Amino acid sequence: MSVDKDTVRRIARLARLAVPEEKLEPLAGELTGLFNWVEMLNEVHIEGVPAMTSVVAQKLKWREDKVTEGGAAEALMTNAPEHEATFFVVPKVVE
Amino acid sequence: MSAAAFTLAEARDALKARKISSRELTEALVKAVEQARPLNAYVTETPEKAFEMAAASDARLAKGEGGALEGLPLAIKDLFCTKGVRTTAGSKILGNFVPPYESTVTQNLWNAGAVMLGKTNMDEFAMGSSNETSAHGPAFNPWRARNSNANLVPGGSSGGSAAAVAADLCLAATGTDTGGSIRQPAAVTGIVGLKPTYGRCSRWGIVAFASSLDQAGPMTKTVRDAAIMLKSMASVDTKDSTSMDVPVPDYEKLLEGGIKGLRVGIPKEYRMDGAPPEIAALWDKGAEWLKAQGAEIVEVSLPHTKYALPTYYIVAPAEASSNLARYDGVRYGHRAKGAHDITELYEKSRAEGFGAEVQRRILIGTYVLSAGYYDAYYARAQKLRTLIARDFTEAYGKCDVLLTPATPGPAFAVGDKSDDPVAMYLNDVFTVTVNLAGLPGIAVPAGLTANGLPLGLQLIGKAFDEATVLRAGLAIEEAAAFRHKPANWWRAA
Amino acid sequence: MTSIDHAPSGSGGSPEKTKLVKGQTGEWEIVIGMEVHAQVLSKSKLFSGASTEFGAEPNAQVSFVDAGMPGMLPVINAKCVEQAVRTGLGLKAKINLSSIFDRKNYFYPDLPQGYQISQYKNPIVGEGEVFIDLKDGSTVRVGIERLHLEQDAGKSLHDQHPDSSYVDLNRSGIALMEIVTKPDMRCSEEAAAFLKKLRAIVRYLGTCDGNMDEGSMRADVNVSVRRPGGPLGTRCEIKNVNSMRFVAQAVEYEARRQVEIIEGGGSIKQETRLFDSRLNQTRSMRSKEEAHDYRYFPDPDLLPLELDQAWVREIEKSLPELPDAKRARFIVAGLSPYDASVLVAERELADYYEELAKGVDAKAAANWLNNEILGRLNRDSLSITDVPVSAAANNAIIGMIMAGTISGKIAKDLLDIVWTEGGDPRAIVESRGLRQVTDTGAIDAAIEAVIAGNPDKVEEIKAKPKLAAWFVGQVMKQTGGKANPAAVNAALKKRLNLPEQG
Repeated sequence: MSVDKDTVRRIARLARLAVPEEKLEPLAGELTGLFNWVEMLNEVHIEGVPAMTSVVAQKLKWREDKVTEGGAAEALMTNAPEHEATFFVVPKVVE
Repeated sequence: MSAAAFTLAEARDALKARKISSRELTEALVKAVEQARPLNAYVTETPEKAFEMAAASDARLAKGEGGALEGLPLAIKDLFCTKGVRTTAGSKILGNFVPPYESTVTQNLWNAGAVMLGKTNMDEFAMGSSNETSAHGPAFNPWRARNSNANLVPGGSSGGSAAAVAADLCLAATGTDTGGSIRQPAAVTGIVGLKPTYGRCSRWGIVAFASSLDQAGPMTKTVRDAAIMLKSMASVDTKDSTSMDVPVPDYEKLLEGGIKGLRVGIPKEYRMDGAPPEIAALWDKGAEWLKAQGAEIVEVSLPHTKYALPTYYIVAPAEASSNLARYDGVRYGHRAKGAHDITELYEKSRAEGFGAEVQRRILIGTYVLSAGYYDAYYARAQKLRTLIARDFTEAYGKCDVLLTPATPGPAFAVGDKSDDPVAMYLNDVFTVTVNLAGLPGIAVPAGLTANGLPLGLQLIGKAFDEATVLRAGLAIEEAAAFRHKPANWWRAA
Repeated sequence: MTSIDHAPSGSGGSPEKTKLVKGQTGEWEIVIGMEVHAQVLSKSKLFSGASTEFGAEPNAQVSFVDAGMPGMLPVINAKCVEQAVRTGLGLKAKINLSSIFDRKNYFYPDLPQGYQISQYKNPIVGEGEVFIDLKDGSTVRVGIERLHLEQDAGKSLHDQHPDSSYVDLNRSGIALMEIVTKPDMRCSEEAAAFLKKLRAIVRYLGTCDGNMDEGSMRADVNVSVRRPGGPLGTRCEIKNVNSMRFVAQAVEYEARRQVEIIEGGGSIKQETRLFDSRLNQTRSMRSKEEAHDYRYFPDPDLLPLELDQAWVREIEKSLPELPDAKRARFIVAGLSPYDASVLVAERELADYYEELAKGVDAKAAANWLNNEILGRLNRDSLSITDVPVSAAANNAIIGMIMAGTISGKIAKDLLDIVWTEGGDPRAIVESRGLRQVTDTGAIDAAIEAVIAGNPDKVEEIKAKPKLAAWFVGQVMKQTGGKANPAAVNAALKKRLNLPEQG
C-alpha cells in the first residue's frame, strides 16, 4: 500500500487543510509507512463478523420534545472571530 | 509534610476533622503550582477561582455540610470545557475559546464541593503519548533518571495532569483516555490512573477526539483516591446518548474485602518480543503479589491483541477527522487572516491552527473513510474491534480481572520518539485494547527501573466492574508499597 | 442528497403516447424521480432542545449542539422518530425496527459540525407507495424508495454585505424527512401531482405542515430522457424546486433541454442544476461541481435507533383516514371521482366538507361547497382556513333547502348575509321572513293579483304555453321571492287550465 503525492493533495483538500507543495511528498512517505504497518489487519478473517456499532449494549435514549435551549445568540457570538449583530460573518460564499 | 503532599483521602479527613481549612490547602497548592511553572504542567492557572471556591467550601464545612470532595483542590485536563475559563485542548485552533458551558464531569466535581486550581497541559486534542504535541509546549515529567538532568516526557496525552499529581501540584486531576492517555502517563509518573468503562463518565462538554473511545477518569496519588474521585465524576447523563444507565456505586466502600479467590488472568500475548526485561520481571512480581493475597493466577489468551494498535490507528483518526471538522474558524477559535474566500479561510485557518500530529491524523482519518477505502479500512477495523472485544469476553469466562504491564517502558527523553509516528504509537500497545473493547482499566505504580524511573502495572476488568479493578489495584498498591517521590528539581528559585 | 437506484420499479409496460416529448428525431420518454425534504412538525430540533419556530431573530434558536460547539453531543427527539414512523406508515412503507445515523462529512458555513447527521445505509423507513390521480381520471402508482431522518443546515445570507456572507443557524439541526421516490414518473403533470399528493398525506398525518413558502417542503427532481422503453439516460438533479408549478415547469424545461442536446449529437452530463423560476429554466450549479466524497460513517455519538414493534403498531392504530381512503368513501357516498379528488386534496377542505355534508345529500353538499363557498373564497382571496361561515352554518342552510324551508335562490342570499354579517342562518330566516311560501292561499292570492293586472297576457298564454314562465316570475316577484316555485307552477297550471306538459 503506497500513498502518493496526489492522493495526499486530494485528501488534504477534502479535509480542508492547506498543505504546502513541499510537504506533500514527506507526508506521502509517512502515510505509506503507517498503512504498510496497518496492512497486517488483512491477515485476519473477518467474514461473518459484525462491525461494532455501539461500545455499550444499550438502547438509544430518547429525549422528550421540549424547547429547553436557545435564546443565547449573544453568548454564541462571544467567541466568534467575526460577527455582525447576531450573525456569524464569513467571506462571501459564491453560489 | 506540606499540605500539598496530602492524598485526596488524607485531605478530606483533615478537612472534616477541621485540622486544616480548604483555604490553607488551596494556598499551599496555589503556591506549589506557581513554583512548578518550569514543569509546564498547567496551561491556565485559576487561583482566584480556587480561593473563591475554597471560601465557599469552608463556609459549608463550618456548618457541617459539604459534598464528597468538599474543599479539595483539583487540576482539570484542558480537554474539559469549563464555563468562563479558557479551554484550548492543547491546540492553537481553539485560540482563546472560553466555553459558555461546563462539562458534565467537571460540574459533577464542583457539585461535590471540589476546588479548581486550573487547566493542565496535554497533547493537542489528546493525540499523543508524550505531551510533546501541545501548542503550549511540552509538559515535563517530575521524574528524572538517576544522575541525569535530561528532561523526560510525562507521557500523554494527559501529561500535564500526570505531572501535576506526581509533583504534588494538586490533590488529584482529571484525565481522558482514548488509547491509554490516562494510564500511560500515570504509569510513567508513578501515580494511579483509572480509565472507567466506556459510558461510565459523561462525555458531554469534553472536547471530542474519538467519540467511541474517549472516556474521562481520575488521576490520583492512590487507588483509594481514584475510588473517591470516580464516584463523583461518574453519572448517568441524559445529555450523552452513550452514557450508560447504570447506578454509580460507592467505590471507596467496595475497596474493602481483599482479593481472596479472585481469578487473575495473565494474557500470554502481552509478552512482547523485545520488551525490556524489567517490564516482564515487574509483571511476574505483580502476579506473585496477588497470589500471595489469595488470588488465583490463570493464563488466558487474547489472540487479537497484536491487531489492536493498527485497528486503533484507523478508528481513532477516522472519528477524529470528522470530530475536528467543526474547527473551521467560523464560530470560534483561530481564523486565518486575509483569506479571500471560504475555502481558503478553512484551509488556512486549519493549517495554521492544527499541529503536525493532528494534521497527520486528520489526513489518515479522511483517507480511510474516503470513497473506495471505507470497506478496506474503517469497516474492517470495526470488525476487528468486535473480535478484540470477544477475546475479552472469552477470557472473562476464566478470570475476573486481567493483569498486564501498563507501558512497554519507562518515561523517555523529550524529543526521543517524535520523529517516528509508529514508534510513538507503540507506547499504547498495552492500553489500547481496553479502549477498543470499552472496558475499565487502571494503572498502579509498582516499582522503579534500575535508574530510578517509575513503572506501572495495569488491571483490566469487566464492563462496569470498576470495583473489582480498584480492589485488585489496591492489592498491588499495598504489596508494592510504592512510596517514592520525584526529587524537587523544578522549584523556581 | 441520496443517490437513487435509477431503474423504474413499474412493470415496464409500453409508455403512454400522450406523455411523450416530440423531438426532431422522434419521441422521447421522460423519467422522473424525486427527493423531497419535508420538515418534521416538532417543537424542538432533531438532536437538541432549541425551538423550530419559523421567523425568529438570527441565531436566537440555536443550542450549543446546533452551533457545533466543542464537546456538544446529540440526543434524539422522540417526537421526530414518531413522526418519521407515522409518515412511513402513511406511505404504506416498511418500518425498519433498527436504523443507523451516519455522518455525512462536508464543509460549508451553514453546517457547523462539519457534518450532517443523516441516515445512509440503514434508513428508518423502507419501500412504500403513493397513488396519484391525474386529470384524465387515471391513477398512477409512484414507488417510495425510502424515508430517512436527517438534520437541516443553517442559512447563509449573501445579500447583506458586498464581501461577506452572514450565517444564521436557526434552521441548523431541525429534523427533516428525506423521502426518495423510485423513478416512476413520466411527465410534468405526474411530478406535480406526486408532490401535491405527498403534501396532502403529510398534512393529513400532521407530520409536516407542507408550507412550501417557508421551506418546510423542498423537492429535488431527477430528470432524464430516453427513447420510449429504451435504456435509461443520464439524469440531472434539479435542486430546491419549491412549488408544484415550478416542479412542472422545471421538468418541462429540463426534458426539452436534454432532448435538444442529445438530438444535436451531444450527451448529457450528470450534474446538479438549479431551477430559476424567473427565467423559467434550469442552470448548472458550478459550486456543486467539485467532486464530493462525503465519507459517510456511523455517528459514534449515537447508538443504533431501535424501535419496538408494539409501539409502531400503536402509531399505526392512531393514523387518521388518509386522502385515498377518504376519496373512496366520498365516491361511495355519491360524489364524482373528480369532486372527491378535489375535496380530499386539503385536509381542512375535506374536514369542512364532512361537517357541511352531515345528514344532507352528499352531492348537493359538494355542489354547494364548490359553487358557493369556494367561489366566494376565491372572490375574497381567502383560504379554506379563513372561511367566515362555519361548516355547521352551511349545513343548516343546505338542510333548509332540502326541507323546502327556503328556496335555492334565497339560500344564496342567506349565505351572503351570513358571510358578511355573521349570525345563525335559521334565526335570520325567521327574523327576516325568508321562509319559502308554500301556503296555497297566499300563492293563489298572488296569482289572482297577477292575472288581474295582466288580462292581455292571460289571453296570450292560451296560444303560447311557454309564457307560463313569465307568470311564475311575476308571482315570485309578488311574494318577494319567497314562494315555492314548484307550488306556484302547479297552482298556475291549474288556474289557467294549462296542459301538464307545458
